[in-house]
Amino acid sequence: MERIEGLVGSTAAGVWRGGCCAAVTVTLLAVGMMLLASGGGLDAAQPTEAAQDGFVPMGDIPPEDQLPAAPLLVAAYAVVWAIAIGYLWTIWRRLGSVERELAEVARRVGGREP
Amino acid sequence: MHRRLFPALAGLSLCFFVVAPVLIVRAPYESTMGLVQKIFYFHFPAWMAMFLAIFILGISSGIYLFRRKPAADRLAVASAELAVVFGLMGLITGPLWGIKAWGVWWQWDARLTMAVILELILVAYLLLRQYGGAGSDRLAAGLGLFAMANVPFLYISTEIWRTVHPRTSVVPTLPVDFGIPLWWSLVGFIVLCFALLSVRSRLEEQRGALDQLYLAVEEE
Repeated sequence: MERIEGLVGSTAAGVWRGGCCAAVTVTLLAVGMMLLASGGGLDAAQPTEAAQDGFVPMGDIPPEDQLPAAPLLVAAYAVVWAIAIGYLWTIWRRLGSVERELAEVARRVGGREP
Repeated sequence: MHRRLFPALAGLSLCFFVVAPVLIVRAPYESTMGLVQKIFYFHFPAWMAMFLAIFILGISSGIYLFRRKPAADRLAVASAELAVVFGLMGLITGPLWGIKAWGVWWQWDARLTMAVILELILVAYLLLRQYGGAGSDRLAAGLGLFAMANVPFLYISTEIWRTVHPRTSVVPTLPVDFGIPLWWSLVGFIVLCFALLSVRSRLEEQRGALDQLYLAVEEE
C-alpha cells in the first residue's frame, strides 16, 4: 500500500514538474514575442526585397567571394614537407628501437656462451 | 652501404627542394588557373615518385615470388610503404588544387577514383604484411604485382575516359618556363624516394637480422 502511495505521489510530482516547465516555456515565448513587437523587431525581420524567381549566372565572381589561391598553395607545399619529415622521423624511431633490441638480444646471447 | 648512401641522397634531395621554390615562384602563371596551378610542381612529382616506388614493389615482388630471395621481399615492403606516403602527398595536394580550379574538393571521376583504389591496394598490402601471419608474404607479393599492373591504367585514364582532371598530354607539351621547375622538382622527388628507400630498407634488414637472432636463440 505504501508502495502504491509512493507511486501515485511520484506521478503527481512528475505531472506538476512538467506543467511548471510548460508554463515557463509559454511565458518566455510570450514575453519574447511582446518584446519583438514593441521594439519593432517584427518590422525589421520583414524582407525588403522580393523573393528570387530564378538564378542568373554571373560572368566573374566578385573578389570578396573568390577563394584565395596563396593559402592553398602554401598548404600544399607544407603538407608535402610535413609528410616527408614526419615519415623520416618514424623510420628513425623504428630503426632506433630495432637496433636497440638487436643489441640487447645479441648481448644476452653473447653472455650465455661459455 | 645504407649508412653512407642515405646522407648523400638526403643531402642531394635537400638541395633540390631548397632551389625548387625559387624556380616555382619564377615560373609564369597559367592563364586559366593562375597561382594555384603551381601546386602542380609538387603534385605531379609526388605521383611519379609513387609510381616509381610501385614499380620497385612490383619487380621485387615478382623476384620474391619466383626466386624466393628475402632481400627482394624486404625491398618490396619498404617500397610499398613509400608508395603509400607519396600517394598520400598526391591525394592531399590534389584537392587543395581542385577546390580552387574546379570549385570542389573531390570528384569521383575515373582518374581520382583509380588513384584512391591504388592507394587502398597499397594499404591492403601493408596490412597484409603486418597482420597476415605465416604465408602472407607470398600473397602480398601477388598484391604488389597487381598494384604495379594498375599504374599504366591510372596514368592513361585521362586519355581513355572524360574526366575533369588535366590530361596526361599536358606534361610532354609544357613550355620551357613551366617545364624547368617541374623537371627540377621531379628529380628532387625521385632522389628523395631513393633516399627514403635506402633508410627504410635498412630498417627491414635490421628486422630480418633480429628475427634470425631470435630463431637462433630458440633453437639453442
